[in-house]
Amino acid sequence: MAKLTVVEAINQALKQAMASDDRVLVLGEDVGKNGGVFRATQGLLDLFGENRVVDTPLSESAIIGASIGLAVYGLRPIAELQFEGFAFGAMEQLVTHASRIRNRSRGRYQCPLVVRIPYGGGIHAPEHHSESNEAYFVHTPGLKVVVPSTPCEAKGLLLAAIRDPDPVIFMEPKKIYRSLREEVPEEEYTIPLGQARVVMEGSNVTLIAWGAMLHVALEGARLMADRGVSCEVLDLRTLSPLDTDAIIESVKKTNRAVIVHEAQRSCGVAAEIAARINEKALLDLEAPVERVTGFDVVMPLPKLEQRFLPDARRVADAIDRVMSA
Amino acid sequence: MPRTIAKDFRIEWLQILDEHGNCDQSLRPALTDQQIKKLYEELVFARTFDEKAFKLQREGRLGTYASILGQEAAQVASAFALEPGDWMFPSFREPGASFVRGLPPRMILQYWAGDERGSNIPEGQNDFPITIPVGTQIPIGAGAAWGAKLRGDKIAVLVYLGDGATSKGDFHEGLNLAGVFSLPVVFFCQNNQWAISVPLTRQTAAQTLAQKAIAYGFPGIQVDGNDAFAVYKATHEALARARAGGGPTFIEAVTYRIGDHTTADDASRYRSKETVEQWKKKDPIDRLIRYMISQGLWDEAYGQQTAANARARVEAAVEELQAIAPPQPKDMFRFIFQEMTEELREQMETLLNGNGRSH
Repeated sequence: MAKLTVVEAINQALKQAMASDDRVLVLGEDVGKNGGVFRATQGLLDLFGENRVVDTPLSESAIIGASIGLAVYGLRPIAELQFEGFAFGAMEQLVTHASRIRNRSRGRYQCPLVVRIPYGGGIHAPEHHSESNEAYFVHTPGLKVVVPSTPCEAKGLLLAAIRDPDPVIFMEPKKIYRSLREEVPEEEYTIPLGQARVVMEGSNVTLIAWGAMLHVALEGARLMADRGVSCEVLDLRTLSPLDTDAIIESVKKTNRAVIVHEAQRSCGVAAEIAARINEKALLDLEAPVERVTGFDVVMPLPKLEQRFLPDARRVADAIDRVMSA
Repeated sequence: MPRTIAKDFRIEWLQILDEHGNCDQSLRPALTDQQIKKLYEELVFARTFDEKAFKLQREGRLGTYASILGQEAAQVASAFALEPGDWMFPSFREPGASFVRGLPPRMILQYWAGDERGSNIPEGQNDFPITIPVGTQIPIGAGAAWGAKLRGDKIAVLVYLGDGATSKGDFHEGLNLAGVFSLPVVFFCQNNQWAISVPLTRQTAAQTLAQKAIAYGFPGIQVDGNDAFAVYKATHEALARARAGGGPTFIEAVTYRIGDHTTADDASRYRSKETVEQWKKKDPIDRLIRYMISQGLWDEAYGQQTAANARARVEAAVEELQAIAPPQPKDMFRFIFQEMTEELREQMETLLNGNGRSH
């Protein structure tokens, strides 16, 4: 088994999916000769040719609109939107068509489309290159939203997304593209969408996170372990559909929950998770559910981004609060 | 160094059958007498359906309806040029095209009556359902054409849009992409002069819409949209070129929306009766009748029979509509994903068990 980074694992998944299914094609800005600005599509053009690895015009709505047409026609497009801030240009196509064509046509048409979106902060990038807009997609019926947190997770979830019959927004945390490396099985494998995983078992408090924030949550858990608090850490993997059962099962065990995300606080995914805990496990709670999130401000430029992003200290403080409630 | 002309472009205008029924036989498309009669019958059916749908809305049996009065030739004659294997992407004002394609007329009524099952296009008919957000179907149609090209299918895609859509970003993005990849797609613009209350002069300062194609690197042509022969010929040529690998075409069909934008609109608030009356004289069906009379293809008896057939078909559609059981609340949940999620199942059960109300 080779030790791969997240971006290398994504690259391997794309190569394998394209080799095993000739309906799969990759399209987007700079995905061909350049291999993607993050090199996620590196080498694909040489392997599969310019009909299946396509540099498109700089045109987000056309990339997604055309991908919908390709998907409806029977192909399996994987579209790359270069940065999350540019996804808004494609939002109308995603919300008014990709997510709805199955419903509108009462099942006559489906849209098996994967939209890869590098997202999130911590890489010292310009405006619109560091944000977390997953909640917009989660709020849209008919879209699945997946966020990997490690190289192994990235490969298995991406292969599952490509085989899924519905549109999947696959959000890739830029911060961890190259910051971790682990052994990734060479063969094709899938991780089912909609299933969270317990990364660390514990008994006092449940930490819920996804993507790059999983690692911040783990760091917070380690800080608190030194102080004798046992954290259970849950990686949601899929934000839509949410694995409510896994969340509730863990909270019923620990009786406390802290949710961590980079995105702005109000109406962030943590709000939905907290509401579900309220609905299904309120009487099991020893303390109010805590959120550690970005603030309801515009994501700052690099000079201040570390003050915006949740860190292990803030996670530990929140754990402190639920433990002392 | 002298200033020179970098590129010089011209836009073709095509009219074959003028408003008096005079036909330029040298340009007339190769339609048999039977095909001309069929085209006429589809035009009459489209108008008959339109009148009935308008009345049904006024009676409260449809929620809204977007009339096609005056635009029948633009949509019927263009769809007449499609082959069964081709794909068609309508906006929301092309029921005439959908009927030519074989869509049961009941389904258009069902859609405007507020039932999604009206968009459940029958298997074998490669048409997209009605698209409401203006112009958003354009890149999707280009994508389907791209799929056909990649698969090596010798088919073409026909995408309908209105003059308002030419102001949208998706018009630019879709046509640009189609040009770059030389896709087998024909963009057919029914320029009916109005986007609700906003006239064409507020959509563009360009002299024609057709010239926009030049910037995307493929042919654009302006046709008399009330001339069924010109519409058919231009679309037939464009579709044939697309199927043969010749890339996209943009067709601007100049026509006029005789009716209101929809049944929720009152066009007398923003335009003069005189202009509407002028356009009524250019009626697409009247001029085809005049031509058919000159060719011995039309007499009173045939005209009456055609009208009676159209009325009967429309009435049958209305009866079908009335006979359909209402949709079930569970239908809201069934098509969000291929497999219903646990969360959706729970929400559905809350609704179906009546618990939703007691909370």
